[in-house]
Parts: sequence; structure tokens; C-alpha cells
Amino acid sequence: MPTKIEKDSITGQETTGHEWDGLKELNTPLPKWWLYTFYATILFAAVWVVLYPAIPVQGWTGLTGWTARGALPAQMDAERARQAPMLARLREVTAEQIAADPELRGFALAGGRVGFANNCAGCHGAGGQGATGGFPSLADDDWLWGGSFEAIHTTISHGVRAGESDEERGIAMPAFLATGMLTQAQINDTADFVLSLSGRSADPAAVTRGRELYAENCASCHGDGGEGNRDMGAPRLNDQIWLYGGDRASVVRSIAYSRAGVMPAWRGRLDPAMINMITVYVHALGGGE
Amino acid sequence: MATLSATQPGAMSAPRPMPDYVDGPIRAFAIATIFWGLVGFLVGVVIASQLAWPLLNLDLEWTHFGRLRPVHTSAVIFAFGGSALIGTSLYIVQRTCRARLFGGEEMGWFIFWGYQFFIVSAALSYVLGYSQGKEYAEPEWFIDIFLTVLWVTYLVGFGGTIIKREEPHIYVANWFLLAFIITVAMLHIGNNISLPIHWGSGFSYSAPAGVQGAMIQWWYGHNAVGFFLTAGFLGMMYYFIPKQANRPIYSYRLSIVHFWSIIFLYIWAGPHHLHYTALPDWAQTLGMVFSVMLWMPSWGGMINGIMTLSGAWDKLRTDPGLRFSVTAVAFYGMSTFEGPVMSIRAVNSLSHYTDWTIGHVHSGALGWNGLITFGALYWLVPALWSRARMYSTRLIEWHFWLATLGIVLYITAMWVSGIMQGLMWRAYDELGFLQYSFVETVAAMHPYYVIRVLGGALYLTGAILMAWNVYKTITVADAPEVERDLAPAPARAVAAE
Repeated sequence: MPTKIEKDSITGQETTGHEWDGLKELNTPLPKWWLYTFYATILFAAVWVVLYPAIPVQGWTGLTGWTARGALPAQMDAERARQAPMLARLREVTAEQIAADPELRGFALAGGRVGFANNCAGCHGAGGQGATGGFPSLADDDWLWGGSFEAIHTTISHGVRAGESDEERGIAMPAFLATGMLTQAQINDTADFVLSLSGRSADPAAVTRGRELYAENCASCHGDGGEGNRDMGAPRLNDQIWLYGGDRASVVRSIAYSRAGVMPAWRGRLDPAMINMITVYVHALGGGE
Repeated sequence: MATLSATQPGAMSAPRPMPDYVDGPIRAFAIATIFWGLVGFLVGVVIASQLAWPLLNLDLEWTHFGRLRPVHTSAVIFAFGGSALIGTSLYIVQRTCRARLFGGEEMGWFIFWGYQFFIVSAALSYVLGYSQGKEYAEPEWFIDIFLTVLWVTYLVGFGGTIIKREEPHIYVANWFLLAFIITVAMLHIGNNISLPIHWGSGFSYSAPAGVQGAMIQWWYGHNAVGFFLTAGFLGMMYYFIPKQANRPIYSYRLSIVHFWSIIFLYIWAGPHHLHYTALPDWAQTLGMVFSVMLWMPSWGGMINGIMTLSGAWDKLRTDPGLRFSVTAVAFYGMSTFEGPVMSIRAVNSLSHYTDWTIGHVHSGALGWNGLITFGALYWLVPALWSRARMYSTRLIEWHFWLATLGIVLYITAMWVSGIMQGLMWRAYDELGFLQYSFVETVAAMHPYYVIRVLGGALYLTGAILMAWNVYKTITVADAPEVERDLAPAPARAVAAE
């Protein structure tokens, strides 16, 4: 029951007559715009519920027939249809042929950029610059497994030492200390010789001792002068590019425990057209042969 | 109540004896609010910096973003917001019921220390790697059980005070606060049903799994926003704005209609967090339309808050505390409009998973919850410690402008960043390829992340000023106010002419 209804002199409204701790309330009617907007949203809701799936009955989709599950394939199919003719052509040819055809090449560079960014950049860097720790740069002409269209295509398709493809780049370097093939002292000497290949050794005696060890254990893959061997994926040792660091400690560690970076096989994961496009894109990053 | 109806006429003029209100725990809650505010804002600035400069994760399991993020959200929502809500609700319910807290001092102190224990154990558990992985419901089962006991005690204390009230009617603030307490209890229990991996293990499996688990989680998550951050803080607003403005509430009728429409509609809106997911379309549609219908019920509170100032607008110039409260209501109106817009499926397809959502949350959290709490504190602290006013009005004004500028920087940065992010994700080039890779969108967001850090730092700086101001108010007995420099202003203007 109202206790004491008062008239508010400022708004002209009456209070409800209640009071709590000095607080009172006016009995102002609901603002009309507020009420009608509220009704409008309710009407909107009612219409929407009829038009779109809103009733948990099997098969009921609302008058529009729209479903999220239906809308997605429709949109995807439209996009796929747009690209389908081009992709079909890209599947039929080699990367080398793509690069020779301006129309195909333009399309492949655009698609390869996206494919590279979404699948490769995580390890090889956004611009293919690579990173220390076993992520080779793809933007220079120092290739582990070859920089021709064909070689790049094979590496992408079958991966490196991932055990995912019979045609993978599977050769790995032995761990010379772990397998007992060399002693720690021998490895230290070998490392000094390896450093001398790029003119960086400070210990001539160690280099002399390491020369023979290198010839017996390393030269078959890395070459007598450290020129590397792409058939084996054996890196060049006589330049300044080091996949796992070129300081003495890193080289010692590489010899002692080996390094065996891994790259997945993308055949089966990516459309053959996409592998072709990424091949063309990587070839164009700066080191293609 | 029988005695009240007998005292109807002239009840205002004949002063009734005041009950012996329980205020000690409320003072403690006021201090805890400020302390946890500083902690929560600071951790927010830290994790915002981590997003801009990942090096700051420090490469330690205890300090990386994944563990500090729930420390931030829990510290600001549950520690800062919760302490503010519980403290002010105990103040409001006693005054507006004209009744001493049910359970007395012991009840008040149990709620205070119990809640602080919950906060500290939750924060420690996150840093140590314990989490249910449910957003805003991270604490594991053993903490959840403790909180349930504590929360029911709080309900008993609050509800008991209402039951033994000496006012014939229940004030509107108490409707909202009671709805907040009851619904949070229901949400907390509903979303935390889980089975420990084995007895003695701190980890647990959630009872509902898959899309059902997601639905329960966002039923909880959205109503934590609806009942903790909206209904609870509306209760705060309904007491402190009329107190600060010294005016009656604009419309009793509006308060009834918007209260019941909020209570009824909010609880269904959760599925809008799961648009374009495995959640069935019908549930998504209902979540969307209930969110759209929530627009006006939410605005009812804004209208009642702002229009209560009719006839007292001039106070905005002289009372920066009231300015906080009114600006808070304006941010409330803005984010409760933005929310329904974002719930529309087509809009959500752009905004979902982007920074736009983060910006939306913070326009509500920094703008509405933060500012309304600061406004309430600037009124409550002098009242609780029997001071005529805050130590320094000028510091309050500085706090106001720092906080407002901080919010504006934060939310505009997140709007730009979020919408840009959403557009970049969906951009196709003319050949039908996605235009941008994910990492390019991350790189593009960096400048806005830096702006966000700046906004958060300004907000934190304002809160530090408040902490200092409150400290001086409490420790310096009715200090003469630091000179406000109002008088010389017109004099300067005259001189300029």
C-alpha cells in the first residue's frame, strides 16, 4: 500500500509513495518509443523464428529453407567452381610448364603464395627466409635437395625423413659419437677441419689431424672439399650458410649426435595443383634453378 | 511489517531508530574491491603487453598468456566486481530493508574471508596449471564446491535480511541483487558438474561433453554477463545514482517491466556465442532472437539511470563521482546495443573470434562495471568511514578523465583491429584465393595491440589515483579538500577579455 504519494515539482510526476533509506520512485509511464521498439524486436523475433530454423523438429528448417550446413557447401562449391577450370589445367602439367605459360604462372604464383603462407611459412618463414635450428632458407641458391622445379616438387610431395612416403628424402647423417664411430677428441678435430673449409679454423694442428678423419667419415657425402651433395641432402660445408649454426660448438654437436630435420609429405594433404603452385612460388622466391 | 502500516502518515518526519548495521565487512569489501581492481587491471596490462610483445611471456609456464589470462578475467570479474557487488549489496540490503544483516557480524565476516579465500585459491590454481578449460569457470571442482557453500551462505545472509525487513516493500535494487545471487548459484552449479579423475586428483572431467558441454558453458558464460555483470551492477546503480543525484528513480513502472523482461529473456541468449558451430541451427536462431529482444529491456535500466538525473543535471559538473556513474550507464547503453547487433548471425560471421568481441566485453567491463563501481566507491567510502567527502575531488576528476580516455583508446583500437581481422580472414583475391594468411592478420593487428596497452595503462593509472585518494580519505580525518581551483577560472576568463 502506498504510504505517501507526492508530486515531483520538477517532472510533474507522482511518486509511488514508498520510501527506502530516503530513496523514492516516480511513477512515470513507460516511454512510448521504448515500448514500441521493444514490441518491434519481439515482432522481428517472431518473423525470424518462422523464416529460419528455430523449432527442434527433425527436418524443419523454417520457410526460407536455410541451414548452416546447407549454406557452407553452397558457398564452397561456388568458389571451387570458379577455380576448377584453372586447377584442372594445373594438375595436368609440370611445374616447369606452368612457369613457361604466363597465364598459368600468374595464377600459380597467387595460389602458391597463399598455399605457402598457410602451410610452409610456419617453419620456413613468411618470405621463405628460414630460421636457425633446421629450417632452411628457400630464398637463396643454397639447396639441400636441389632447386630445380622437379627437385622442389619432389621434396614438397614426399617430404624429408618424416616416414610418410616411400619416395621421401630419407637419408640421414650418422651420430658419430652416439654410435661410437668416433671419439670426442676425434670429433673435435674433425670439427676444426670442417671450420677450415670455410677458412675459420684457429688450430692448424687440429686441422691436420681432422683432415684424415674427414676424408674417411664425411667426404663420401659432403665431398672432399665440403662442396655438399644434393642426392644425399648433404649440405655444403665450405660456405657461410649453416642450418644448425656454424660456430664450433654447433658443428661438434652436429657430428656427435647428427641432425635430421623433418618435413611432412604434402602429397595427400594438398591438391596436386596446389603442390604445383607452391613449387612455382618457391622456385620464384630467389633461388630457383 | 505490521508496525509499519501503523506508522504510515508522517513516517518520513518522525525518525525511526536506525538498526545497528553491520558495516565492518563492507569496509573490508570496499578495500578488497580497490586492491583486486589494481591487481586485475595490472595483470590486464601485462597480458595485453604479452600479445603485443610475446617476449614478455618470459618463457615460463607460470607467466605465459594462457595461465595469466584467466587470472586477469577472474581478478576483474570475480575479485574486483564480486567484492564490489557483495560489499555494496550488503550495504544496500541493510539500508533499504532497514534491517541488520541476517546472521550479524559473523555472517558478514564469513562471507568476506570466504570470498577472499576463493579468489586467492582460484588465482593460485590457474598459475599452477589447474583449469577446467571453461571460460570464466576455470576453477577446478574442489574450489567450485567451496564457492557453492560460500554463495549459499551469502544468499542466506542477503535473503534473510530481506525477510526480516522493516520496510513494507522490497526496493528495486534488491530485486536485481537477489536475481543476481540466485541465478549465479544456479549457473555455477549447472556449469560445474564434473567428475574428478580420481579422488585426490585436482583435475576433473566435465559431465556434459561435446556440443552439449559447449551449450551449457555458454548458457553459463552469457548469463554470468547477464546476472553478474548486468543485473548485479544494475542493483548497485539503482541505489547509488539516486543517492548521488538526490532525486527519485525516474520510473517505477519501467523498473518492473525491464526487470522481468531482462530476467526472462537473458537466460535464453547464450547460444549466440556458438553461431556457425556444431550447435543445431534452431538453437542458434533462438539465441539470436532472444538477444535482439534483450535490447530494450537492457536499455530500460539505462533510461532509469540517466533520467533519474532530471532536475539534477547540474550535479554532473560538481560531483565527479556522479559523473562516473552516469558515464557508466552510457557505456552500459552502448554495449547493450552492440551486443544484440553482434548476436545477429550475419554480423557474427564477421565479428566472431575477432578482437571486436574483446572490445565489446571491455566497453561493458571497463565502461559499465568499472565506472559504476568507482562512482559507488566515491560515494560509499566517505559514508563508511564517516567522512564529509573524499580527500580530493581533483584526484577524482583526474581518475575520471584517465579512465574515460583509456576506455576510448581500448575499444576503438579493438573495433578497428577486430573488424580488420574479420575482413582480412574473409578476403578473396580476384583469382579466388584467400588474400591473407593468418600470420599476416596477426602482424596487421600489432599497432592496435600497442594502443590497447596504452588504454589499459591509463585505466590502471586512474585506479591508482583512486586507491591513493581512498587511502587518504580513510587515514586523514576529514582533511580540508585539496583546493579545486574553481573560483579562479571565471576570473581568468574575465582577464582574457
